[in-house]
Amino acid sequence: MNTDIKLIENGKRLDGRKYDELRKIKIEAGVLHRAEGSCYLEWGDNKVIAAVYGPREAIPRHTQNPLRAIVNAKYNMAAFSVDDRKRPGPDRRSREISKVISEALENIVIVEKYPRASIDVNIEILDAEAGTRCAGLTAAGVALADAGIPMKDIPVACAAGKIDGQVVLDLGKDEDNFGQADLPVAISPRTGQILLLQMDGHLTLDEFNQALDLAIKGCYTISEMQKKAIMEKYQKVGEVG
Amino acid sequence: MEEEKRKIVIPSQLLGDIEHNKSGRGTFVEKGKIYSEILGVLSQNSDYINVIPLKGRYDPIVKDFVIGIIEEPMASSWLVDINAAYPALLHVNEVPWDVEFGETEKFLNHGDSIMAKVLQVDQEKKLQITLNDRNLYKIKGGQIINVEPSKVPRIIGKKGSMISLLKKYTKCRIFVGQNGRIWIDGEEENIKKVIDTIKKIENESLSYGLTNKIENLLKKDAKDVH
Repeated sequence: MNTDIKLIENGKRLDGRKYDELRKIKIEAGVLHRAEGSCYLEWGDNKVIAAVYGPREAIPRHTQNPLRAIVNAKYNMAAFSVDDRKRPGPDRRSREISKVISEALENIVIVEKYPRASIDVNIEILDAEAGTRCAGLTAAGVALADAGIPMKDIPVACAAGKIDGQVVLDLGKDEDNFGQADLPVAISPRTGQILLLQMDGHLTLDEFNQALDLAIKGCYTISEMQKKAIMEKYQKVGEVG
Repeated sequence: MEEEKRKIVIPSQLLGDIEHNKSGRGTFVEKGKIYSEILGVLSQNSDYINVIPLKGRYDPIVKDFVIGIIEEPMASSWLVDINAAYPALLHVNEVPWDVEFGETEKFLNHGDSIMAKVLQVDQEKKLQITLNDRNLYKIKGGQIINVEPSKVPRIIGKKGSMISLLKKYTKCRIFVGQNGRIWIDGEEENIKKVIDTIKKIENESLSYGLTNKIENLLKKDAKDVH
């Protein structure tokens, strides 16, 4: 395999984007009938469905917390979501992502309102093209709001990275595979608090700060799209009559 | 104010500050500012800013009338699903029958429906319900439908205006549980009419003058029949 492909040509990236340009994002709230809240999200070629169930009594019982609810996110990649068939079922990667997303969500859901309960968030990756944990978390945020779960903010995630020595926003598939670093960030857009921060690859401190700023800027852009998607679903309810 | 369009708010939306308003239901305060914590409809009541939820689970309140479905009979109690986040406990002392120890399933079994009253909600949100009140019993016959618990006040209407309309024009027996379950009994076509009307109320729950609109609709229907 050719590992030294050129990722930047004439100041443009492989798919013609600028350095600080996001992929195309489409968000739709409330797509599933049986779930309390749900969201379908397309982010470039990523296709993600998030569904929220609960709050309901946490099972097994030893996971219950008598003072607060637990948030139980489950990230799962469909077998057909990648080019080579992925062996179905949880693996090390998806368990890690489930854990970090659960912890990010626990910080914005008002968990004290539902002692002993669990709020289950299922994130299903139908089509993967790099940046699925950000897409999953963003979709989960919309689904939680759609479910009517009390929360302090709608979480949003976005990644930045480094390709060919240049810090860029929102890595695509080849950029992720052949780039030098990937930095997914999730924030609470109201306060600017960081909910999730991971890094893969190498960045100098300057580059890191630059990438973090860029990713947070991307987060705010996506946050507006999330709010618009929720409003679009429910605005028409308010306009009847 | 009646003519104003109802405003939909989403979590984290800024609604005001504590110097001018007070934080009511569905809101939280951070650094002197009031924000919405749920997806809902904004409503201002004197100084209070409230957000009435559009969706979400039923939040049990003591003395609410609810419709429950028995989940599991136990030796001296039943576990009942009342559409809340947790199952509710119905103890044998709280039913009008004389139940022997271990014979609970003779009276209420898995899948049976009951009308009940919320007796107790404690800090850990452990729920208890009771059948010891007027008009509370096991449901036999009829049909149960589900609506969003937040829409129940609209279905009942001001001082029960909406529900009495429905009863008047359809001659059905109707019991509305605060938890979003509605029991309807009557003739088959009338039940269908009630369900259609309730769905309509649910869809247009945010519009003004709904009671009059529904009355006209029911009147027209009634004329067609006779």
